[in-house]
Formats: sequence, structure tokens, C-alpha cells
Amino acid sequence: MRIPYFPGCTLHSKAKGLDDSTRGSLAALGIELTELPQWTCCGTVFPLAQDNYIGMVAAARILANAAKEEGGKLVTVCSFCYHVLKRVNYVIKNNLEARKKLNDYLEENYTGEIEPVHPLEICKENVGLDAIREKATKNLKGLKVACYYGCMLVRPASEMNFDDPENPTIMEELVSAIGAEVVEYSYKTTCCGSYQILYDNDLVMQKVEEILNSATAKGAEAIITSCPLCQFNLDWSQEKILQKNAGFQKIPVLYFTQLLGLALELPQESLGLDKHYVDPRPLLVGA
Amino acid sequence: MAEEREMVNIYIMGKHYKVPYGLTIMKAMEYAGYRFIRGCGCRGGFCGACGTVYRKPGDFRLKVGLACQTMVEDNMYLTQIPFYPANKATYNLEELTPTLATLLRYYPETTRCLGCNQCTRICPQELKVMDYIAAAQRGDIEKVAHLSFDCIMCGLCASRCPAEIVQYNVAILARRLYGRHIAPPAQHLAKRVEEIKAGKFDEELDRLMKMDKEELQKLYNARDIEP
Repeated sequence: MRIPYFPGCTLHSKAKGLDDSTRGSLAALGIELTELPQWTCCGTVFPLAQDNYIGMVAAARILANAAKEEGGKLVTVCSFCYHVLKRVNYVIKNNLEARKKLNDYLEENYTGEIEPVHPLEICKENVGLDAIREKATKNLKGLKVACYYGCMLVRPASEMNFDDPENPTIMEELVSAIGAEVVEYSYKTTCCGSYQILYDNDLVMQKVEEILNSATAKGAEAIITSCPLCQFNLDWSQEKILQKNAGFQKIPVLYFTQLLGLALELPQESLGLDKHYVDPRPLLVGA
Repeated sequence: MAEEREMVNIYIMGKHYKVPYGLTIMKAMEYAGYRFIRGCGCRGGFCGACGTVYRKPGDFRLKVGLACQTMVEDNMYLTQIPFYPANKATYNLEELTPTLATLLRYYPETTRCLGCNQCTRICPQELKVMDYIAAAQRGDIEKVAHLSFDCIMCGLCASRCPAEIVQYNVAILARRLYGRHIAPPAQHLAKRVEEIKAGKFDEELDRLMKMDKEELQKLYNARDIEP
């Protein structure tokens, strides 16, 4: 099965490991991601003003171009890209004035027919958890994993329509399928501080410390996420938190696709595990 | 009919002129009395000095061409935009690394791109300007170099950019980074430079230098001409 794929800018630079492990894992599960021939930044931030059409132009063009490929879907794994593409698609589908404005400008005739999908949804709905269970041959038994969703995947619930927005479990289901142990904790959809990292490190460190402490208190040994910004905040802040609080316990923060790739026994060097601030390899190589 | 087509009406910065059919915009402007001391360079479509924008009545589209390459059309409203102020970084190429961080250090405004595509729509070279800026935003320097290779730096993209990016200066930085730090060095060139330094062609050159004019002419006329 081939599906058009929108990697997003960060996956070509800082989050190369997310790109490589997503392509590699899905290929091992029989899904070939075909990168769109031309694409730009999605815009990153969904415009909050309803008539800020220029902020939707880039995403609308990406969706219109995806509609020219086969498959009717567009896969993207970065939580921000997924968020923006899905919400702009929702606008084009449901707001006729916005649809006309965007199409007039782009000289397209796109009506929202593409379905932006996340690899977590592909794993559950297209591949199937049973098939993953069968293919995940590496023994991860006993590895305690906390799943972190953050904001962008699930909110706002009516537009994102992603799993259960209050208590999503799609990542946990995948973790169980590959044989690792799910750790339940109460901060999995709490904001990590997001772009405040550019203005206010202390605020982000406070959020990150709450999230990580909540997970480690329940025995988590690793955290997984699908968002390059959450990954950066959760990972990069730990050294700084430790400097302030000597009792702080560090924990590796991975992309869920890296863990999936490991379970599928992809070559370890193809997963970008060496690019993390808190090195996950001591934990995972023995796993 | 033929007689009517001999002259066309054009409007240079709003003023009406009748000029002979078949001229380029540049020649038509000279016919109308303009004398170029700027906004004119090679007259061959390469130097990028004579970017020109125009519209036709009843058509909202802004059209574009190089004045030295574009033929006048009846009822063309035109103006040259030979120069556009641009933020231009200075750097020592030898000290740079070919990374996204380098591009953003000198041109941080690159990330302000909104994807409006006006740069691509106006480019007289029909380059995919927005796409190379997108490649720059993700640090794909090789792609920027290839997509922007035919840029003549006329500046029209920068004149249209709502994010105030100077696309062509980002592109030439990328091409320089690519040429100096990414593209593999041409081995045959290094070898030839060594040969020249070692004096491989000295004898031949000396022989030419000592020839009289007649001999040289004879040799020149009998030279091998590549097909």
C-alpha cells in the first residue's frame, strides 16, 4: 500500500530521526510513504482569526497537491503539521467562503476531499495491531513506557477528531502490541510549554518537570511522543532541571516510531537514537 | 491590416507612445526617447538588469519580462524595475558550514515565508522560487542550489514578497555553500591545474609567442573547429 507523505520541515532537519523511523517502520509494516514531489512549510501555526486566509494558503496548497496523487489520504507524523493540515482541511470542507477564497487565490478546485492521517491511525486502522504484534519480533517485555500526546494531536476535539481527546489511548495500544509495558500517568495531554521555549525557559522547565516527574513516579523508563517540539522541550530541558534540582531523575524521550522501529528490528543506526540529549541507547540496546 | 500593425500603442510609466511593432521593450523605450545609463546591461537576457512589469487592459494579471527580451504588445502598460533594495549579507565563504543554521544566521527572515507563491508567479526565468525557499527553510542546500541555478538576480521576486525575503541572495548563498562545501571537487580540474603548474603547456605557449603575425593567422585559419 502506497500513501502520499508530507514530512514537514523539521523532519528534514532537527527531527531527521522521526522521518527515518517513520518511513522505515511503516515500510516494514507494508506501507510505502511516497513524499509529495513539491511541498512547503505547512505554516506551523493554525491562524486563530477566521479570516486570516494567508495563514492557510500554504496548507491548502499542500492538500490540493495531495489530491492530485493517488490514495485520497495524506500521511504526516509531526503533530504540528498534522494539526495544521487537518484544521485547514476542516475549514475548506466546512466553510464555503474560506474554500472559495483559498481556491480563487491558489487557482485550484479543492473541496477538502483529502483525509490527513497520522501514522498512529495507520498502524491501528490500516495495518492492524494484531499484524504489528506478529511482526514486532524484538523482545521489549518489561520496558516501561509512558505515552505523551501533548496538545496538537488531540485539541480542539471537534476538529481534530483524534481518538478520545480527554483520554487518548491509541499510542498505548501500539506500545502493548509491540510487547512493552504501558505506564499510566495523569499528564499525557498536558501542554509542554510549546513555543514558550523561545521566550521563557523557566515556564517550559516547570511544565516539563511536572510531566516527567508524573511519568517517572509511576515507574516509566522512557517517554514516547510524535511531536518534534514536545520531544525537544522534554529532552533538552532535563539537564537544566537537573542543575536546579539535584534529585531530578532523567528519562529518555523518544519518538514512538523509534520504539516501533526497534520492535520491528530495523537497524538501530537508521533510527536516529544518537541524536537525543538524554541518550536512550543504554536503556534500549539491552532491551 | 499590415499597415495598422506597423505601429503599436504602449504606455511607459503611464505615458502614451506609438512605437514600431516588433521592437523589444528596451528598444521601444529608446525609440521613445529614453537613454539608459542604468537598467540595461547585456541586452542578451542574462544579466538581469532590465526586469520589467506590465499589464494589459482588462486583465488583472501582472505580467513580467526582461525589457531586452520581451516584444512590445499593443496597449501594454509597463515600467522597468531595474533595481530593488535588498538585504545582502557579507561573509567569508571559507569559514561557513553548509547548514540550515548558516542560512538562517544571514537571512533569518527566510522562515517568515507564508507560501503565497508570488515570487514563483513573477519570476521571468520561470524558476520555482517558493519551492527553493521552502528547501532553504529545511536546510536542503543542494536543492536550493539546483532549483535556483538559472537565477539572473533581477530582484522581481523580492519586490513581491510580503515576508520581505530577498530570495535571490538566499539562493546565491546556498549555491556558494554548495559549490564550496558540498559538491565533490572536480578531480580532472585539480589534475589539470597541477599539469599547468608543472609546465606542461609552457613550450607550446612559447612557440606561439614567438610566431609572426602571418604564421599565427595561418595557424588560426587551419585550427580544428568543434562542430
